[in-house]
Amino acid sequence: MANSSSDSGNGLKLLLAWGFVGIPLGWGVIQTLINAMKLFQ
Amino acid sequence: MSYFSKDRTIAPPGYSRWLIPPAALCVHLCIGQAYAFSVFNLPMTKLLGITASTPDDWTIPQLGWIFTIGIVMLGLSAAFLGRWVEEGGPRRAMFTAACCFGSGFLISALGVYIHNIWVVYFGYGFVGGFGLGLGYISPVSTLIKWFPDRPGMATGMAIMGFGGAAFIASPLSVWLMAQFSTPTHVGVMETFVVLGVVYFFFMCMGGVIVRVPAPGWKPEGWSAPAHAGKLITTNNVYVYEALKTPQFWCIWIVLCMNVSAGIGVLGQASAMIQEMFPGKVSVTAAAGFVGLMSLFNMGGRFFWASMSDYLGRKNTYFVFFVLGVACYVSVPYSGAIGSVVGFICAYAIVFSMYGGGFATVPAYLKDMFGTRYVGAIHGWLITAWSAAGVIGPVLVNYIRQYNLDRGVPKADAYNNTMYVLAGLLVIGFIANALIKAVDKKHYMTAQQEAKAAA
Repeated sequence: MANSSSDSGNGLKLLLAWGFVGIPLGWGVIQTLINAMKLFQ
Repeated sequence: MSYFSKDRTIAPPGYSRWLIPPAALCVHLCIGQAYAFSVFNLPMTKLLGITASTPDDWTIPQLGWIFTIGIVMLGLSAAFLGRWVEEGGPRRAMFTAACCFGSGFLISALGVYIHNIWVVYFGYGFVGGFGLGLGYISPVSTLIKWFPDRPGMATGMAIMGFGGAAFIASPLSVWLMAQFSTPTHVGVMETFVVLGVVYFFFMCMGGVIVRVPAPGWKPEGWSAPAHAGKLITTNNVYVYEALKTPQFWCIWIVLCMNVSAGIGVLGQASAMIQEMFPGKVSVTAAAGFVGLMSLFNMGGRFFWASMSDYLGRKNTYFVFFVLGVACYVSVPYSGAIGSVVGFICAYAIVFSMYGGGFATVPAYLKDMFGTRYVGAIHGWLITAWSAAGVIGPVLVNYIRQYNLDRGVPKADAYNNTMYVLAGLLVIGFIANALIKAVDKKHYMTAQQEAKAAA
């Protein structure tokens, strides 16, 4: 029981932490990719 | 016991090590903004004239010093404060880096407000650059300690963030300046204030999340190899002792040559593709090419550093140097036959290995000198980056100009440069081949280890 609550707590922390850095990075990569596509137009 | 002390950051049982890469990324995604600082150059030349520069406005050469001072400070602070970072732990280092980097922007905002370039030099260049160096090395050894089974992948993730930070900073800065600008005012000052606050907050989050593993911790199901590999030590070398070894200086040359070759073409990539393929590549397409290369630079940091966990660090650099020479030598041929695709493919590989060189080197140092002072040793190694920042662009720009002055057509002006850059990689190859295991006399004794751990 203790293990499962610890696992779910860790899961939530991981989701928040990775989202915190992943969302801005993903947004930046998409912006750059859109810009890079001009090379092939 | 202070909140920032190393003891307060020891992870409790059950703490997931996968929280450490985002903590490191919180810092590296901010400090990598330095790569995008050039977006402020043009607006900062019109702070007084607004629509056009006036004689009292700052010039591009004056503004170029901001970045230069920042990079010099990065190297100096990483070198001289590496030991302080190692001994005080990552949280203290990350918070200090956040304070420096954030306040660097705020001081620069004041400099813009009173229109005094020296205040901006001091703000972004000196104080911000100090934060850059501290931030760059702060998570390195922590990541390596949490991922003894995959040190390349772990540090690759963080250093990938440094390469990807400009993707966020560049459009964000342009958007912020557009929001704050008015017909009588360029929005640089307000943008600096917002960025300073946002980056401070973001970097502090890294400091809040980060933890160091408890003494003796190891990943579940993993055990350290009983006999370390020939080039992987289980001992530790003290930071200043490492500087006395030929291995450190060989790795220094390896990094310097790999970065020199990449950085040399990085700044000229847009001009190069347009000049080598006149009429085939427009200015807009060239901008797209630079964006694409940045993606390979970022992706290569994660890909190659992760691959090095399987290939071995020495072999990974051999791949960089052999493949790099082939790519550089192929560029004049692509130009001669008018193959834009061949040119793009060669540069995509080159830029992935440029990023990969940065990201693989902390694990290389860990293999050679152990984990105890790897962050501090890495700090000293960053001076190779500073040297490469001078060597690479100087070679590319001067050889191109020399060729043009001798009447060589623009499309062929880069050919010699490519062979010179390939030559740099040959030097790197030789330095890499000379790397052997560190002599046992350099290892820390049990007594020194105990003293360092206390």
